Amino acid sequence: MARREPFFWVSVSCGIVVLAFILLPLWEMLTAPSYAMLKETLHDKTVLHSIWLSIYTAFAAAAIAFVFGTPLAYVLARTHFRGKRLVEGIIDLPIVIPHPVVGIAILGVAGRNHWLGQVMSELGLRIMGSTTGIITVLTFVGMPFYINTLKSGIEAISPRLENVARSLGAPLWSTFARITFPLAWRSVLVGFIMCCARAISEFGAVVVVAYHPMIAPVLIYERYEAYGLKYSQPVAVWLVLVCLTLFLVLRALALPGKKAA
Amino acid sequence: MIEISKLKVHLGEFRLKDIDLCIDEGAFFVLMGPTGAGKTVLLEAIAGLTPVLGGRIAVGGRDITRLAPEKRGVGIVYQDYALFSHLTVERNITFGLRYQRHDRAAAGKGLSRLVDELGIGHLLGRHPETLSGGELQRVALARALIVEPRVILLDEPLSALDQGFREEIRLLLKELHRSSRVTFFMVTHDFSEALTLATKAAIMHEGAIVQTGAVRDIFQRPACAFVADFVGMKNILPAFFDGTTAKVGVLSIEIPHRHRNSSGYLAIRPEDIVLSLKPLESSMRNSFTGVITGIIDQGFLYEVHVAVQDLVLRSLITKGAAVDLGLDIGLGVLVSFKTSTVHTF
Repeated sequence: MARREPFFWVSVSCGIVVLAFILLPLWEMLTAPSYAMLKETLHDKTVLHSIWLSIYTAFAAAAIAFVFGTPLAYVLARTHFRGKRLVEGIIDLPIVIPHPVVGIAILGVAGRNHWLGQVMSELGLRIMGSTTGIITVLTFVGMPFYINTLKSGIEAISPRLENVARSLGAPLWSTFARITFPLAWRSVLVGFIMCCARAISEFGAVVVVAYHPMIAPVLIYERYEAYGLKYSQPVAVWLVLVCLTLFLVLRALALPGKKAA
Repeated sequence: MIEISKLKVHLGEFRLKDIDLCIDEGAFFVLMGPTGAGKTVLLEAIAGLTPVLGGRIAVGGRDITRLAPEKRGVGIVYQDYALFSHLTVERNITFGLRYQRHDRAAAGKGLSRLVDELGIGHLLGRHPETLSGGELQRVALARALIVEPRVILLDEPLSALDQGFREEIRLLLKELHRSSRVTFFMVTHDFSEALTLATKAAIMHEGAIVQTGAVRDIFQRPACAFVADFVGMKNILPAFFDGTTAKVGVLSIEIPHRHRNSSGYLAIRPEDIVLSLKPLESSMRNSFTGVITGIIDQGFLYEVHVAVQDLVLRSLITKGAAVDLGLDIGLGVLVSFKTSTVHTF
């Protein structure tokens, strides 16, 4: 066998460092709390409630992204128009804006000093310190992940399939429902997972908009602040475990099973 | 009838310029041209899948230039078949039925007739990824024909197929065209396909139609250097076949293998035809005497026209060889070519 180039060994060493950097802290955290502590945490209503709230709001955000983002992703994947780059840039904005800024920006619109905030309060919608507020923030930060994933998924489907469907008499809507969507469902699911994952990990923006009701990351932060590392770890472990399980299940659904389509 | 006048399409860098075409109702029309000439763009413009900048497209007297693709009655079959991979063969074929005004019984009959004609009855429950190229093509054709379009556009339907399937599908296309009243508009770059299938053809080059007319006329009387070059083979002769012998006029030419029909065409590339003054001691079974009627300078080569009985054969010969042989107009020469260089179709 040929002697490996030095570059190969550099790559391997760097790879090991990166993996250790990711895995070591996670491993430490997962193994730190004792079994008894983990069990006790599970009986804590506040913890259960916050984890459930985290999951539920993240899914709600992904569902909103699905409803509003799917047609947009389709348009971006299939058409070319003046200003398309600008639209794509706007969609990516939430990724680059610092998280607390997102929270502040949303409060600025939802507050009583803004006409939109006034309209919403008349409709009985409250953003500040409410579940609605959390979902709003999570949708804001998660949307780009859904749209971008689905967009590349649709781009990978040959437009010829749609062309043929149209030439067979199918209107655009029917073509989308019968051809494009069934072929892109895997990207829909992956995008959904990405959006959820991004939403569930959000802290900075949520803490500005809604400290209460408390989502899991806020609760973990609060416990850390008030009682220290030891008391925040069990909650963190449960949040990570629940998320990992959920995402693994969804991921398994999304992976190409031979006859799944 | 398809009438295209002054059609203009801009697609990124690509342009179709003032396309004028007229295709008879029920015809089998072939559009030829090299890769990148704009053939597929023209097909998609007719199908309404590419925005048109100017000009007019009419099918059966109805202006369809601004009509949505699904309202045109124009089907399209792509080179890569474009079958819906998430649906079974049967659901692929019947995809378009729900958009047509028809009764269920007639639709069922249409399906079984097409399935029989195309020999795909055993495939109906399968998914496209398990099918061979020939089978995929049959399914794609069935899917396009079942909705009874006025026009069917075929984008190089044979070029992605293996040699064996190609022959099969070619015969099938001819059969389908005969049995349906649909106008076939096919894109190809293979002239033998055009000769066997079509009556009329057009040649496209850099987004423009450079020649249109009867297929044989295009091959025998190319209108410009590009077409002549594109057509390539210069000796194309109508023939009657009997075993491994072909009768061309009064000549009997040996061909490499039996032909399935009693009549057709044979073609010999000019560079495969050897000229000599005395009989050659070689394996060339086809050898005829003729008289030189023309010598055309082609740079490094001469194209020599030799009248053999009632036909003219064209041969390419190096200038050096021509001088050695002392070729001149009116000189009697022997024209020879190997059996294996004779193409029949």
